[in-house]
Amino acid sequence: MIAAVDTGDTAWMLVATALVLMMTPALGLFYAGLVRSKNTLNTFMMSIAAIAVAAVTWAAVGYSLAFDGEGSIIGGLGNAFLNGVDFAPRPGGTIPEIVFFAFQATFCIITVALISGAVVERMRFSAFLVFAALWSIVVYAVLAHWAFGGGWLASGGTLDFAGGVPVEMASGFSALAAAVVVGARKDYGRQALLPHNAVYVLLGAGLLWFGWFGFNGGSGFSTGQNSVLAFTNTLLCPAATLVVWFALDLIRGRKVTAIGAATAIIVGCVLITPAGGYVSPGWAMLLGALGAFPSYGIIVWRTRTRVDETLDVLAAHGTAGFIGILFIGFFAQASWNGVSDGLFYGNAAQLGDQALAALAAPTYAFVMTFVLLKLIGAFMPLRASDREEATGMDVVQHGEEAYVTGEGAILLLPDDVGKAAVPVADPG
Amino acid sequence: MKLVIGIVRPEQANQVLEALHRAEVRGFSMSRVQGHGGEVERVETYRGTTVQMGLSEKVRFEVAVSDSFVDKTVEAICEGGRTGEVGDGKIFVVPLDHAVRIRTGDSDEGAVTPVSR
Repeated sequence: MIAAVDTGDTAWMLVATALVLMMTPALGLFYAGLVRSKNTLNTFMMSIAAIAVAAVTWAAVGYSLAFDGEGSIIGGLGNAFLNGVDFAPRPGGTIPEIVFFAFQATFCIITVALISGAVVERMRFSAFLVFAALWSIVVYAVLAHWAFGGGWLASGGTLDFAGGVPVEMASGFSALAAAVVVGARKDYGRQALLPHNAVYVLLGAGLLWFGWFGFNGGSGFSTGQNSVLAFTNTLLCPAATLVVWFALDLIRGRKVTAIGAATAIIVGCVLITPAGGYVSPGWAMLLGALGAFPSYGIIVWRTRTRVDETLDVLAAHGTAGFIGILFIGFFAQASWNGVSDGLFYGNAAQLGDQALAALAAPTYAFVMTFVLLKLIGAFMPLRASDREEATGMDVVQHGEEAYVTGEGAILLLPDDVGKAAVPVADPG
Repeated sequence: MKLVIGIVRPEQANQVLEALHRAEVRGFSMSRVQGHGGEVERVETYRGTTVQMGLSEKVRFEVAVSDSFVDKTVEAICEGGRTGEVGDGKIFVVPLDHAVRIRTGDSDEGAVTPVSR
């Protein structure tokens, strides 16, 4: 007897899960457009790899460590390998736990994919696969437990609607650590390394925004008021960010840029992620407008440093997630969210709870990612050689090219494969 | 007057540009070409179809220079284009009969000597 399942809620959560899964290939497209053409496939494949690896680790132990039990730091292994995850809802829930599991899995997946933005164009694919598997357990599952699974942040009163802690701040500050450990691309700071297809970037950003309605709108796990509030805020907040970003672009360079607009969409969606179900639509727009400034500033500043955090995951996700988490502490409104007020409505304690998360999550993510990559680096090279980097990661890592012409390509019959890598005209 | 044709790796094109700039060679054109120069071919696989890519992407510089600039130009392309691996490319220097700057009608040496606008 599964009495507590609500069919409407379940129907929406099935759709929301599919929407969030789509965000990861959308991110792959967004990232692929931002790199040079010789690294298009490798960059896209890092996102696809996140789906492959993180879905499996999540089913094996990640979900259990995040959502089994009320442990302060980490959950148990009671749900490992989906043990006991079936059609009955979790306590207080209205959707089958197996849907809840799938929805949460898509969050783990995209967070792993996000970090790839820091290491594209030089990290070896196999090293990334190992990193993705370990990071999804050691960092994501732990932070998800803290914020969503009844860990010390959630039980202490920190509000995080859709993942400011485990998704946005975790990916952003892990990206910074990854960029530091893996190191800059060989030509970084010496040559202009430009995005090769701005249309991919805009299309990717648009698809991400579309998927984000499932990401935020689904994070109430129902069709209730918090969910529909978050849904609408996901429209309004990024729109406000776009407007301010346009203005900043105009002031700084006299032109509104397309890649800037794509970036603003991501920043706006990230800003509203933690706050979506907790602030009114009016405050959501203010959040979008104000939150544009720090991310814009960090992007401008970062490119002048030696830190090749290539696709600015720290600025777009880490910073905007940090601002969104803190914003709840000021402008949460019980009359809208039914949970808690922020400082502006007389509850200063909420700001303290939010500040705690804003300090703890970045620290944990940065330190653990740094240590994890140093460990992996002790067993296998993290990055391709300079020669391979110059040739391009698509050919070197995957044996394919994104824009292959086929001219001069000779079909190899099965018997010839393996004998092929011989110079036709040996100069020696 | 010579036409210097340098065919280099695309990933070295920026270095060649820098080297030409340092050598004060100002006028040139470049184009993307495909070629084969004895390097080991790449084997790629697309859905079970394995192919040997016979042609590699190259960048072709064409620089028309007066005789006194020929050596500098060749040295610059060599310096910028060299990685030491097979496939770094070739430089060809060919005689040039006649050159005209379209804007002014300057011909020959005058046409290939940069002017300060």
